[in-house]
Amino acid sequence: MTSPAAPRPGHDRTTPLHWRTVDIVVSAVIGVAVGLVFWLWSALWSATTGLFAFFPPAQAVLYGMWLVPGVLGGLVIRKPGAALLTSLAAASLEMLLGTGWGVSVLVSGALQGLLSELTFLAFRYRHWGMGVAVLAGVAGGISPAIRDNLTSHITWPLSHQVTYGVIVLISAGVIAGAGSRLLTTRLAAAGALAPFPSARG
Amino acid sequence: MNSAPLTETAPPPGRSRPGGVRSWLLGVNPAAKLITAVVLSLGLIPAVDPVTGGVVLAVTAAVVPFSGIGRSTLLVLSVPFLLMGVSTGVVNLLYGQEGAWGAFGAAVRLLAIALPGLLAAASSDPTDLADALVQRLRVPERPAMGVLAALRLAPLLADQWRTVTLARRARGLEAGRNPLAALSIFLGKLFALLVRAIRTGTLLATAMDARAFGTGPRSHARVSRWRTADTLLVVAGPLLLGAAYAVSAHLGTLRLLFG
Amino acid sequence: MRTANHDGAGARVELSGWGWRHAGRAEYALRGVDLVIEPGERVLLLGSSGAGKSTLLHALAGLTGPDGALTGEEEGRLLVDGQPANRRRGAVGLVAQDPESQLVMARAGDDVAFGLENLGVPRERIWARVDEALARVGFPHGRHHPTAALSGGEKQRLVIAGVLAMRPRLLLLDEPTANLDPAGARLVRGVLARLLADTGATLVLVEHRVADVVDLVDRVVVVEPGGGVVADGAPRTVFADHGRTLAERGVWVPGVDPAPRTGRAPGGPALVEAVRCALRAPAPLGRRRRAATVLRDVDVTVEAGSATALTGANGAGKSTLLTALAGLAKPAAGQVLPRGPLADADPRPLVRWPARRLARHVGTVFQHAEDQFVTATVRDELRFAPLRAGADEAEAAARADELLDRMRLAHLADKHPYTLSGGEKRRLSVATALSSGPRHAPDVLVLDEPTFGQDTRTWVELVELLDGLRAQGRAIVLATHDPLLLHHLADVELRVADGAVTEVLRTGTENTR
Repeated sequence: MTSPAAPRPGHDRTTPLHWRTVDIVVSAVIGVAVGLVFWLWSALWSATTGLFAFFPPAQAVLYGMWLVPGVLGGLVIRKPGAALLTSLAAASLEMLLGTGWGVSVLVSGALQGLLSELTFLAFRYRHWGMGVAVLAGVAGGISPAIRDNLTSHITWPLSHQVTYGVIVLISAGVIAGAGSRLLTTRLAAAGALAPFPSARG
Repeated sequence: MNSAPLTETAPPPGRSRPGGVRSWLLGVNPAAKLITAVVLSLGLIPAVDPVTGGVVLAVTAAVVPFSGIGRSTLLVLSVPFLLMGVSTGVVNLLYGQEGAWGAFGAAVRLLAIALPGLLAAASSDPTDLADALVQRLRVPERPAMGVLAALRLAPLLADQWRTVTLARRARGLEAGRNPLAALSIFLGKLFALLVRAIRTGTLLATAMDARAFGTGPRSHARVSRWRTADTLLVVAGPLLLGAAYAVSAHLGTLRLLFG
Repeated sequence: MRTANHDGAGARVELSGWGWRHAGRAEYALRGVDLVIEPGERVLLLGSSGAGKSTLLHALAGLTGPDGALTGEEEGRLLVDGQPANRRRGAVGLVAQDPESQLVMARAGDDVAFGLENLGVPRERIWARVDEALARVGFPHGRHHPTAALSGGEKQRLVIAGVLAMRPRLLLLDEPTANLDPAGARLVRGVLARLLADTGATLVLVEHRVADVVDLVDRVVVVEPGGGVVADGAPRTVFADHGRTLAERGVWVPGVDPAPRTGRAPGGPALVEAVRCALRAPAPLGRRRRAATVLRDVDVTVEAGSATALTGANGAGKSTLLTALAGLAKPAAGQVLPRGPLADADPRPLVRWPARRLARHVGTVFQHAEDQFVTATVRDELRFAPLRAGADEAEAAARADELLDRMRLAHLADKHPYTLSGGEKRRLSVATALSSGPRHAPDVLVLDEPTFGQDTRTWVELVELLDGLRAQGRAIVLATHDPLLLHHLADVELRVADGAVTEVLRTGTENTR
């Protein structure tokens, strides 16, 4: 007598609203891992060139990388709240490693994650293709696009601010959106996503 | 992960705190610090003049000697902090439309927005912060514990990243001067790290499951205490904001974001 | 003694016709398992690699339900104390092999309290139980000690404390000493021995290094991949009756050690020399201070046609020295220089060599095979190095095919490297290190814990392969804890301890210095 311990592959395992421990922990670990890598990378970059500090267009073009955790988390775990959780985890790591913003990064992480989350929600958590991913990336980018202009670039003329914002959005769509989607495909091909519905790609 | 860089002097609960008043901030409930920091940060955004920001910055900076944050931590954190300020100043000078004084003001305002958050983080232990969020602010417990557990893996992930980098060199993969090659190698490393990270996370989740995580309501081994001082701090935030706005308005320097 | 029988009577385990198949796999990990374990018994679970032992332990711990990470299909019946296995009551404790991925909290006491919090134990009683558990495992530090600052053995002890605090009636240990150095392993085995003396809990243990634990158990159960129980009884009986067959199937049976065919080391000129090196462990994350210098005044010579083994506790600097000798990391002081034929290729210190040239002459095999895979199919992995070295498509394909055959990977040529089994990944990682050099192998081969987690068959294969390479005149450098490997292969043993490297053993080679 065979009793499946879980539904056959091809169905979503368990209802989408039921979060297993592995969903929570891997969400958080993805956030921490990606956050760590980009933190190390940008620390290295800042140390060797002043590019990020003094040339905002450079910062804007690469801004998308900070938005990867949210989109990637959503695409991999595919449950409501995954994008938010992953984004918060990445922000927590940043806070732990030491940034000039301290706990405020948790707020920006929450906002970015929430915006990506809303995109996935708009597609009823059923569509996870390239288009949705890019939109989720762009949505997440709205937060820094506006926030940076209100905090760091406060004296800029509107045209500069808009340009900055647009570059951030494009970067978010490409790096965080398309990049995360491609990464998910490769991870699925390597069999790394076995416990998750995204294992099918 | 040891929260060494941020809380070298954070005393473990139950032990006597070093130097009473001089480390007052360490004993404040992290949730109170978080709330106050967020209120101050967000509250400063509508005011774009340097005076409002300056008042908040001055008061917050005055708290630093009483925050109990270790000297070396302060030194280390001051680097990104001041760099942010300088960067803001330069960026507004070069691309802004209000000249040097406007750029300076923008820098002061930015530092004022950032400092409360920085102090809150530097004077709080991550576990204590998580406890405070769960017990005081009703943040869902499982995700909070999940994030704590993932943070504990951070040194291991850093090690794995190092190994993956060495392995790339061992396979003959090095970027040299080619940025495209560098990007491709970087992405390959990120991929390898993610695979390992997911696997490690799955193992950790299994261990947590085996210890009955998520099987019922949790009790709390550590209590996140809320004292009068915490309420006072939370109240002090909006008061300080109000005072800063009032001072600026009184001096005629107040400028708001819209209008 | 206050701790006696705090765990209560042991649990009774009953499996009948039990089988499990992982999601996405065609074969069953185990099938038709019939097993009864009485309360308080100590059972050693044995079987060759892939025999589903870990799966069985996870099922006993109640982790195979729909809300667990393990998904698949179950058949038959599995009962713990007359009820299906259920992780809710905390009656079953599981200790796995890697302490790093089992510790949840940043402070020791908090981690032990974690399980108690999950069970809803009232706060007034938690800390007393935490202290009791820490005392039972002999944890040498206080409750507030950061978990990141513990050695491997201490971490594993803390994990055990966390499990004990929950007062389990069934204790499951899945290779608890596999990731530890010999000192750490001894520590943990000591804890287990003391523990078993005063607890009534039932124990099921999976362990490769059977000889070390055979005194702790009173029953041995052997399972086979895709099947059920094939042997069951007292250790002596099982090993006497089935010892040979088990050893052939890959199980490490005490008294039946594998006997690889190895020859004498031919010796040769020096190829790599570390001169007056000081080595520093990489700075741990978050600590801004530079890590302390771990090794000083290191002078090591690696000769062609010989096998040099680095031994020592984890954290003593073995890996740091190994990566320095492989030219992957820069020593804090001093240099690692090429000698002899290697110096003809490039006289600079190895760490300054361009990666391509380094890969041609020095191959490195990492402990976790996946760390060094860079492509998406097995065949591409083996074509990668020749193509980068400038070979054309045809030649690269030919070299890849040759290696595929030699390493018995031909049937996996189009699979993604990450989807291979543990043993296959190991073979592939060794193959990739071999693929880069001219004449099909680099001059120096550096391996980090190559026999980690191997069964007897793959172990023999690997040792004979390394011996063959040595006979061809290549230099082998290994970091290892494995005494059998040292015995069969090492010509020079360098012990890394207390900041220095001392030569412990040198068997006769052609060139004695």
